[in-house]
Amino acid sequence: MKRLRGLFLLALLVVVLPILFPDNYYVTVVAVSAALHAILAVGLNLLMGYAGLISLGHAAFFGVGAYTSAIITTRFDLNPWLAMAAGILLTGCIAFIMARPILRLKGHYLAMATLGLGMIVQIVLVQAEGLTGGPDGLGGIPPLSLFGWEVDSDLRWYMVMSTVMLLVVWLALNLIDSRSGRALRALHGSEVAAEMMGIDTTATKTGVFVIAAISASLAGSLFAHQQAFISPDSFSFFFSIELVTMVVLGGMASTFGAVFGAFVLTFLPELLVVFEDYEVMIFGAILMLMMIFLPQGLFVGLQGLLRRLLQQRAPARLPAPAEEDKHGAA
Amino acid sequence: MNIRKTLSALAVSALMGLSATQAIAADSIKIGSFLAVTGPASFLGDPELKTLQMYIEKINAKGGVNGKQLELVHYDTSGKAKEAVGFAKRLIKKDRVDLIVGGSTSGSTLAVIPLVEKDRIPFISLAGSVKIIDPVKKWVFKVPHTDRMAAAKIFEDMKKRGIKRIALISGSGGFGKSGRAQVLALAPKQGIEVVADESYGAKDTDMTAQLTKIRNTDAQAILCFGFGTGPAIVTKNVRQLGIKLPLYQSHGVASKKFIELAGESAEGVRLPASALLVADKLPASDPQKPLLMAYKDRFETKYGPVSTFGGHAYDGLMIAVQAIERAGSTDKAKVRDQIEQTKGFIGTGGIFNMSPKDHLGLDLSAFKMLEIKNGDWTIVK
Repeated sequence: MKRLRGLFLLALLVVVLPILFPDNYYVTVVAVSAALHAILAVGLNLLMGYAGLISLGHAAFFGVGAYTSAIITTRFDLNPWLAMAAGILLTGCIAFIMARPILRLKGHYLAMATLGLGMIVQIVLVQAEGLTGGPDGLGGIPPLSLFGWEVDSDLRWYMVMSTVMLLVVWLALNLIDSRSGRALRALHGSEVAAEMMGIDTTATKTGVFVIAAISASLAGSLFAHQQAFISPDSFSFFFSIELVTMVVLGGMASTFGAVFGAFVLTFLPELLVVFEDYEVMIFGAILMLMMIFLPQGLFVGLQGLLRRLLQQRAPARLPAPAEEDKHGAA
Repeated sequence: MNIRKTLSALAVSALMGLSATQAIAADSIKIGSFLAVTGPASFLGDPELKTLQMYIEKINAKGGVNGKQLELVHYDTSGKAKEAVGFAKRLIKKDRVDLIVGGSTSGSTLAVIPLVEKDRIPFISLAGSVKIIDPVKKWVFKVPHTDRMAAAKIFEDMKKRGIKRIALISGSGGFGKSGRAQVLALAPKQGIEVVADESYGAKDTDMTAQLTKIRNTDAQAILCFGFGTGPAIVTKNVRQLGIKLPLYQSHGVASKKFIELAGESAEGVRLPASALLVADKLPASDPQKPLLMAYKDRFETKYGPVSTFGGHAYDGLMIAVQAIERAGSTDKAKVRDQIEQTKGFIGTGGIFNMSPKDHLGLDLSAFKMLEIKNGDWTIVK
């Protein structure tokens, strides 16, 4: 249970916030986007943080999921949940097929290949006008409904999005602590060493790539239904970079770091918008300062800082329990 | 220590953000806007924002509307549809504006339509696509002429000149694509055959390949649909290849910038545009003339050459203001009804007559057919 303490804390926060501030813009609107970004960042973090595989094309999977949902529900009038499943299946297949050739590459080459993947999806979305609506986008996407409970208000979206986020975080935490999670981390350390220990590195890499893609597709479907309108704009290269920034900013190889990074990067521009023309400059400066002073990431860095502060205070009290221990032993 | 400093800087900026947004005048009419002031579509958003600011200042100096001051809440989308959705949400849910005048590009307008429809807030768009008002959406209006009207106006002129077969070349961006679709849909109804259908990419610097193909067809005229530098390059290439066919451009190039870019090649190019560009050449009897001259003077003394895009912002703002005056309140449903009942409003884009079936309210007469002669616009009689 100790392992999941963070998750319970997050869940508590998710439940308490709307009760305290039921009609607050930052809770019912911004937090929903933050939760969406968190789903994406947690998935990407499995790939980047744990397996050490960089991806600059994560928005592509997000886009495939969103467009699959949008096209199936608007053009074929099928159930949104069915469309969501179809999106996950399609994205999973694409990721599975792409994984073998792409994941043979390393470092910069892998970054280039994933970048290319993102670009290709973006171009298809713009050019396949008959299907995707081209650069003008696709509208009239119906809202989600759950046994007659229609997800049509901000608060309801808050509930859905944060529930899915908690679910994804929980799955990610479990995965990391499982056998395949340990295999992933071994892979990150040294691929050769991992292979020597009998880890099927190709299968592990493919697996994590598919999982990251699937979670992005799920987020994409939710996004499409929430916005009711999507255009290729939302799935561009820049969004992929934003996601990478979230993971790096929060702290690589930490699921809560990814969540934290997603929240910071979603809330910061909202708070800075009052500076108008200087917004982007201040935003950049804050990011730079964070990376200079907390290079291991905000979440991980702050955690370390907290631990050090506690340790500094601890020595004063330490001797006492040590003595007690001696007594106990005696 | 450093970390603590960073954090306190963060906290301070967050606090400043919160307090600044809370310091809003209690009793004012809030007009929300999101425009592409920076980025690739800044030539739209920049004059639009300047116009809004200029006229809101003027209205406030005269005592405001219904005794209340107007307050503009604006965000820059840099032309991204995704940003537009975020800002529209912010305008509606955080700033709680009374209505929205904005959306420089069709993409950003189309993206926020589901939102304004759901939250029931009057929205006057400044973007071109016909999809914005066709089919009619209850809360969405627009003021610029549509691409369908531009195509119709061009065909009208072509028929007068006896042109029956045309070659089309369009940009691959949203504007060009949407225009192309309208041209292809409208041509058969007008008895015009499209014998070539070429396109160019947003970053292309040479269109001779497409134009060579067009030269080998039996087209009687070339129609180019796009905005930005593309149409200027097409114009230059047409002359370089020695093609003598009449060249038509869309209203997307209706700014002095186009003549500058295309230079001498622009001579003889025809395009549909609103009367604002040729305000000084209009006959004195034209009902639009006094307003057009006034807007032009005001804008040009402050900012430089006028463009039709800033004019759209004027039209949108004034339609909104008059609707609020007639409604006598900022009740959203009442204001919406009054916008829909706009009749005989003389704007920069034409004379607006809206109805429940027509949320634009302009007809083809709002467009003037222009020809470029000696580096300036002239009206085709």
